[in-house]
Amino acid sequence: MSPIDVAPQEKTTPLSATRVVNDFSIQVATVNGSGSQTANLVLLRSILLMGVPVSGKNMFPSNIAGLPTWYTIRASKRGYVGRKKEVDFLVAMNPETAKEDVMTLEPGAAVVYDEPLKLNELRSDLTFYPAPFDKLVAAVCPDAKLRRLVRNMIYDGILAKLLDIDLAYMEQALSRQLGKKAKAITLNAAALKAGFDYAETTFTKQDPFHVEKMNATAGKILIEGNAAAAIGCMMAGVTVVAWYPITPSSSLCESLIGYMRKYRIDKETGKATFAIVQAEDEIASLGMVIGAGWAGARAMTATAGPGISLMSEFAGLGYYAETPAVIFDVQRVGPSTGLPTRTAQGDLLSTAFLSHGDTKHILLIPHSVEESYELAMVAFDLAERFQTPIFVMMDLDLGMNNWMSDGFKYPTKPLDRGKRLTPEILAKLGEWGRYKDVDGDGIPYRTVPGDGMPAFFTRGSGHNPKAQYSERPDDYVNNVDRLSRKFETARTHVPRPIVDTDKDARIGIIGYGTSHWAITESRDQLREETNVKTSYLRVRAYPFTEDLVKFIDAHDRIYVVEQNRDAQLAMLMKLELSPERCAKLRNVLHYSGLPIDARSVSDDILAQEGFEVTKRFTPASASSMTGGE
Amino acid sequence: MATVPLKVNRIGLEPQLYKGGKTTLCAGCGHNSISERIIEAFYEMGVDPQQVVKLSGIGCSSKSPAYFLGSSHGFNAVHGRMPSVGTGAMLANQKLIAIGVSGDGDTGAIGIGQFVHLMRRNLPIIYIIEDNGCYGLTKGQFSPTADLGSTLKNGVVNDLQPIDTCALAIQLGATFVARSFSGDKKQLLNLLKAALSHRGTVMLDVISPCVTFNDHEGSTKSYAYVKDHDDPLEEVSFVPFFEDITVEYEPGSVQEVKMHDGSRLLLKKLDEAYDPTDKIQAMRTLHETSRRGEFATGIIYIEPDRDDFLKQLNVVDEPLASLPLDRTRPPQAALDEIMESLR
Ligand SMILES: Cc1ncc(C[n+]2csc(CCOP(=O)(O)OP(=O)(O)O)c2C)c(N)n1
Ligand code: SF4
Repeated sequence: MSPIDVAPQEKTTPLSATRVVNDFSIQVATVNGSGSQTANLVLLRSILLMGVPVSGKNMFPSNIAGLPTWYTIRASKRGYVGRKKEVDFLVAMNPETAKEDVMTLEPGAAVVYDEPLKLNELRSDLTFYPAPFDKLVAAVCPDAKLRRLVRNMIYDGILAKLLDIDLAYMEQALSRQLGKKAKAITLNAAALKAGFDYAETTFTKQDPFHVEKMNATAGKILIEGNAAAAIGCMMAGVTVVAWYPITPSSSLCESLIGYMRKYRIDKETGKATFAIVQAEDEIASLGMVIGAGWAGARAMTATAGPGISLMSEFAGLGYYAETPAVIFDVQRVGPSTGLPTRTAQGDLLSTAFLSHGDTKHILLIPHSVEESYELAMVAFDLAERFQTPIFVMMDLDLGMNNWMSDGFKYPTKPLDRGKRLTPEILAKLGEWGRYKDVDGDGIPYRTVPGDGMPAFFTRGSGHNPKAQYSERPDDYVNNVDRLSRKFETARTHVPRPIVDTDKDARIGIIGYGTSHWAITESRDQLREETNVKTSYLRVRAYPFTEDLVKFIDAHDRIYVVEQNRDAQLAMLMKLELSPERCAKLRNVLHYSGLPIDARSVSDDILAQEGFEVTKRFTPASASSMTGGE
Repeated sequence: MATVPLKVNRIGLEPQLYKGGKTTLCAGCGHNSISERIIEAFYEMGVDPQQVVKLSGIGCSSKSPAYFLGSSHGFNAVHGRMPSVGTGAMLANQKLIAIGVSGDGDTGAIGIGQFVHLMRRNLPIIYIIEDNGCYGLTKGQFSPTADLGSTLKNGVVNDLQPIDTCALAIQLGATFVARSFSGDKKQLLNLLKAALSHRGTVMLDVISPCVTFNDHEGSTKSYAYVKDHDDPLEEVSFVPFFEDITVEYEPGSVQEVKMHDGSRLLLKKLDEAYDPTDKIQAMRTLHETSRRGEFATGIIYIEPDRDDFLKQLNVVDEPLASLPLDRTRPPQAALDEIMESLR
């Protein structure tokens, strides 16, 4: 590697003059398939065990082995868990990206790297810690075949020393990660120790970053959003699941299978109180879910954008035939040959109106693992209450990354199984029509096969209130108008937004899903750095509730923060807002495939507010990441 | 006034309960005759219509469930995707009796993927293809079962190989594969009754001429053509378990198949050597008859003992749809255990 084409920058202040405690991000750059996941999770968990709020994000290519991948761990004493734009501590293990990874660091950052890469020649404004990984691993792992698996544990040991992470916590995290595999634990622990010892004898600490014990993580769990949603589905009493594998949603159904096998097998008979089917595609998945919902089961599927596209026809049938269904959309970037392993909030608009004709769907949008768990349960209740498909809009960042959270609360509310016709209700009504709006809320009573109640013939829209075949214009109009009424009723039943009002704020921020984490941090930045005060409304569902209009009216300018190019939430809002209210809306858009970060939000808002914003470094990963199919 | 005793079936229900709405299909359409046989079979077998679900895709054929079993639930789904809806319904409630009606376009073209996977799973369902070799509802285009060389009304000739849905179903693992003709009342009725006793997927391809678009000389699925080229494999007599009937049969010329529900199916072989449990022979027979331009009718292949899809999934015996909450929501201790494992 030749010395580079950039003039070495001047040394600024002595690097370790200040102590930066529990507030930095570590980026580990490796090659996909090199077994770095264990090392990364051990590092993440050891910081958690130190009582320090922490989050981990995996930025991986669409590839099984060989392409570059980055794992970012952020420690934050203030509890910020969104992506941090700047990388403070780089572990450079991938020769292919090392140079660019180093070149895009902010001055003052530290780099641990594999000695032969000679990265120290690249810049003089960084702290470099070279380590001979091959030599170190050879000494503790005699079996050459296993070396690749434990090699990464060396950097955990080095970081433990450099960052003051107690080795005992690392070892605890290691045995948690590897469970009962005693031999693997011994090997990895030796590598950990080797890294630690090497750092202790070789390096002089020059960077300012330290982990110090805190007490902010007692009782916290670490979990991926997909697993959290899966637990919610199980607790909601789901019985029929049909799915087709697709990143980033697969692990939702896969963890559900794991949990259901453990907790939903009848003790006496050894039989399952559920049926999970890997279908032939997403069309069949939703077909099965609709069939099961029609026959009275709580049924669900999970997919990503390409699957949502395929489900379009069935989604419309579900809306018109009025069958319950729960669909998780773990959103990712663009088409299948796009960036399938990168995050986005790009399916909002297409899912809200998925299908043909006049169709609109109820969407739920969780922002956290805990809310993924809770809204999963809400989704099943709403699906049966409103007899319609409910879409739970997650994203890759939420679904596939590890998030710190409080433990989930056991549900106390009874299930809402919706309006089902019973002999008593039938006696009261006198006469029953499947699509008759007897309560004025647009929601009719339904019967299901085998329940002993009157049967009906289910078809799309060509029916009268008694579900008899009809192509009469008035029957059609009455029916679609009733469906609109039902949607209006949903406004008062969906989860309301979470609003945090600052009474001095002239500007409001509206966001949803994982953008929340960048937004909350950005609000602190705006207030503390530039004294810009903001209020915040986090949308949790479509249709919108009345809170939205109130919030807009209470502020002069509204920034709608989203992770897509076309301002999809803002567009949805504009469909029902008055022109005056629309005029207040401005967009903050982030759509690089990486999770949105606070600094980008702050800079964008400040620029639109007329502040001068200094141009910053772009993160390494934003420019150098490549993706396969 | 003296009351006339009503005619009822085994479970005390009147024929009226098995009828459906008035058909809107063309007069003489083969699909109507099939609906009539379904009504008879379900009435005579004493199937409770409350437990039946009728499923279909899109097409003239798929409309027909509205014209039989009016007191059963029905679901007219989307084009080619009825198998998935039927699968979901049966997973939700395995006590249901599912009958699906499809067309040759609905099955062989847009729905071939779902058809293929339905056959593999052995879901308990009677899957009927009302096979007219054309798209009726969209006015007569060729379907994938149109025979090589058959012509449309406007003279267009089909140059493509037809799909033999029976051969395909056997290859894919279907456990009851039969073919009949909408005009053969006796055979179709007996096949439907046998189908009702099979636990697993029944694939019944019924040649059903479209009198409006495909009942002319160039068509191999016209009434005249089928009547001349129909090659019954065996005469089907069905002895339901609950009826104490002995059927006349010559020892040595009868193939007895024990059905899932304990009843016996007797196949009166026209061809002495035909054994419907022999997969290889079934395939050979299909190929040989089709080479001669004939249709083999009757039960072509049967495998009565294979586990159905719900057994394979090891699902509890009760309908999943109506399990009480205490059986579908794990206790607090389970959630605590999960949470602890994540700390
Ligand atoms: C997605 C979709 N594509 C096309 C159609 C139009 N369509 C309706 S019925 C039909 C063909 C039906 O043919 P077949 O299954 O053979 O039934 P038949 O009418 O002959 O009984 C088509 C193409 C549709 N309804 N949906
Ligand atoms: S067009 Fe053909 S298939 Fe359709 S109803 Fe008429 S005869 Fe039957």
